[in-house]
Amino acid sequence: MKVLSKIYMVIVFALLYAPIIVLVLFSFNEKGSLNQFTSFSFYWYKELFRDATALTALKNSLYLAVASSVLATVIGTLAAFGINRLRSKYIKTAVRSVTNIPMMNPDIVTGVSMMLLFVFAASMPFLPIKFGFVTMLIAHTTFNIPYVILSVLPRFAQMDKHLTEAALDLGCTPAGSFFRVELPFVLPGIVSGLMLGFTLSLDDFVISHFVSSPDFQTLPLYVYTQTAHKVKFSMYALCALMVFAILVLMLLVNFADSFSVGKAKVKRKNKTKTEVKENG
Amino acid sequence: MNKRSFLERFALVPHAVWSILFIVAPLIFIIYFAFTDRNGNFTFANVTSLSNYANIFGLSVAFALIATVICLLVGYPLAFFISRLKPSKQKIMILLLMLPMWISLLIRTYSLMTLLDNGGLLNSLLNAVGFRNVQIVGTAGAVILGMVYDFLPYMVLPIYTSMSKLDIRYFEAAEDLGCNGWKTLRRVVLPLTVPGIISGITMVFVPSISTFYISQKLGGGSFDLIGDTIERQFMNKSYNVGAAISLVMMILILISVAVMNKFADDDKGGQLIV
Amino acid sequence: MEETKINENKKKMEQTKIIDLKNISKSYGGDPVLKNINLYIRDKEFVTLLGPSGCGKTTTLRIIGGFEQPDEGDVYFLSERINDVPPYKRSVNTVFQRYALFPHLNVYENVAFGLRVAKVKNDEISKRVKETLALVNLKGFEKRAVTTLSGGQQQRVAIARALVNNPKVLLLDEPLAALDLKLRKDMQNELKALHERTGITFIYVTHDQEEALSMSDTIVVMADGRIQQIGTPTDIYNEPKNAFVADFIGESNILDGVMIDDYRAKFAGVEFKCLDSGFDKNEPVDIVVRPEDVDIVPAEKGMLKGTVTGVTFKGVHWEIIVDIKGFKWMIQTTDYCAPDSVIGVYIEPDAIHVMKKSEYSGMFGDYSSYSEEFDELSVADPEAEEQTGEKDTEAADE
Repeated sequence: MKVLSKIYMVIVFALLYAPIIVLVLFSFNEKGSLNQFTSFSFYWYKELFRDATALTALKNSLYLAVASSVLATVIGTLAAFGINRLRSKYIKTAVRSVTNIPMMNPDIVTGVSMMLLFVFAASMPFLPIKFGFVTMLIAHTTFNIPYVILSVLPRFAQMDKHLTEAALDLGCTPAGSFFRVELPFVLPGIVSGLMLGFTLSLDDFVISHFVSSPDFQTLPLYVYTQTAHKVKFSMYALCALMVFAILVLMLLVNFADSFSVGKAKVKRKNKTKTEVKENG
Repeated sequence: MNKRSFLERFALVPHAVWSILFIVAPLIFIIYFAFTDRNGNFTFANVTSLSNYANIFGLSVAFALIATVICLLVGYPLAFFISRLKPSKQKIMILLLMLPMWISLLIRTYSLMTLLDNGGLLNSLLNAVGFRNVQIVGTAGAVILGMVYDFLPYMVLPIYTSMSKLDIRYFEAAEDLGCNGWKTLRRVVLPLTVPGIISGITMVFVPSISTFYISQKLGGGSFDLIGDTIERQFMNKSYNVGAAISLVMMILILISVAVMNKFADDDKGGQLIV
Repeated sequence: MEETKINENKKKMEQTKIIDLKNISKSYGGDPVLKNINLYIRDKEFVTLLGPSGCGKTTTLRIIGGFEQPDEGDVYFLSERINDVPPYKRSVNTVFQRYALFPHLNVYENVAFGLRVAKVKNDEISKRVKETLALVNLKGFEKRAVTTLSGGQQQRVAIARALVNNPKVLLLDEPLAALDLKLRKDMQNELKALHERTGITFIYVTHDQEEALSMSDTIVVMADGRIQQIGTPTDIYNEPKNAFVADFIGESNILDGVMIDDYRAKFAGVEFKCLDSGFDKNEPVDIVVRPEDVDIVPAEKGMLKGTVTGVTFKGVHWEIIVDIKGFKWMIQTTDYCAPDSVIGVYIEPDAIHVMKKSEYSGMFGDYSSYSEEFDELSVADPEAEEQTGEKDTEAADE
């Protein structure tokens, strides 16, 4: 049984990784061939970096990822704070449901719905909206916000509410306690939300596909247009680089998470205590 | 506290405004465009024209269902085996499982395509051992394989999450009461992981039914799914029909998700959090 | 010398009402939590709000701290109305349940928090934090992370964090509830000593009657959102106002009785001499007899006669349950009585305490269903059990 389960896991994971490994491997293939590995070289990488469009796409992707994840983190963190303080269960449920829509909906629906909004807005004479960075920023921020809330809200919820009261008790104004006590406490959640948003934005193709314009291309969009007809080997290099980037980012996110877990445990214990005692 | 601070009162405002403008309003626009013609006049024409797309809907649902079932059959044992490993090993396996999720779907699909393609590694390996080329790309099997390959982790993770929450004492109790391994699985593990299964099904079915890149690449253009149709309509600026198709798909998905959630008594059980 | 000092203190205490609650009512979602509370607290006093969970004691404390606003009534601090003053502008500090130490700050920064917010100069902060940490016996813990401290140490940090700001009033919300028994006793003594040394008014919330009796100058017994009795520990124990107080504080046999006349009470079918007066003739009353005040005598010499139904060895004494005319009495005695033996009891006039009938009359029966565990549960808060699990880990670091 044990051996069988191990074999099973190995097979599934091997199949899961085979295409990616092949892709990464052949990106180092000197000859532009997919069935013969001739010799190891960075030829296609050099080729890639000679490609001005690819570099612009990379720059665009990074700009967009930074801008949208930072914007989403600010809005999402404030929102998580606000949601946690909502008293009405109904409003809380309503806000969370609307927040979850972009996560529940297929990406294509999110994409086309935003496209329609922008098409409509562009048709208004007083709203000169052009497809490009702004529409992309709005779209990416929109799908990032729920993920930020998802990673920050639990931290707020875990927080012993007496911590805020202790801060007020010791002379902090509510705003002071937000910055001195609450923000530091939820910081790990904010960091992982930020990284999550950054990664998602860097990765997104479907939604971007509908709200971008040819003069604002991101890496995935560039890959899409380049791979539409024939295989280009510099795209293998680009994909391999993106795989590495994701690998690094994921390790970072994971690190941030495990950093926060230790602290969270202690707090969670305290929280259950105080809840029971509240009516004392 | 009875008194609400400024921050408490206004923290939600940016998010609320943003949600109304960019989540709610776009959805309203889908409805608006679905029921108007090019000139903005009210019409049912888009919705009635959908009957032309019936076989596309049928094909998409069939593909997505088959892919979901395969994912479940492959993913459930995987999740179970992972959950029985030592905690440290579990963590590594889950990381390994999540890594592909983070790699762009585009890249994963593209890499699968190059592996399976006529001039790809698989066929050259087959040639090397004396087989003839097998045409894989362009078949229905390739499209379904692509869906399974791309979305399998989305099935495994929620199931694993609900399995890892199972108390080890349940297993001991089941054994104590005379269950062997198989009976324990069927009578204890399976019922308790239903929430995970439900959310896994949702997470595979929804992207499968709405994909367009997988069918474009692996279907070699011979399969038109809902996603492809929507994409084509919108790229050709035929917003109204595209909106109508999107609306119907969204409603289909909402209904099936709602029905499935009915089966799950505890919706928190296996929710996937990234 | 020492005594005159205390007397002086007492005099001073009587001069100023530092906190004054007038007609306070509060409800949550329609459920009244406080019903017309009137209470004043004198300067430098150690006052304990005592009652079972849900009695409103914590809410009262939170109203004083500024974390809750009363629906009705006024809160005065040194005769100034402070209903609308937010917590951060009150010269009152709180030691929270479960301490609420800031997990992202070390011991020093936790204690320095209030001073930093008040923009006190760095060297002054350093001086005061060091002094206060010394006061709570935590010298040398400055750099430690609060999450690595044991329960008792966290408790001291929480106290230091509040005290360092020189509050006029220190509010303590069940501060010892999470500590194990021995540590709790030590901390009780330390808190009392701190109170004497600092001269700050302490308002202390607990559900532990023994803690209240041993620490307080004044005890406020609360139940069902109302104050049942205010008095010194001896008053509360010896002269409980109603059946609730008698039952909640210590063990008591509470019987239905009639006040035939001044100094003459009748209960258990027999007339007794007592020291109480001022009731109507033949007024129905509740009679309290503490278990330790009942003397056991041979059956034929007893004022009442009964059968022993249960005997438990308690170390210092035996606790026996005696069935007298169908009512199970608890009696604490140093003489062993065999189960099923028939004994007589003798009750001195000063052992009988007569109380007016109240809404609690008849709610506290005899000891017929008495068992030790049962009693523990009824006195302790519901979370008591949960805490025992954690005590072990906390005590281990100590």
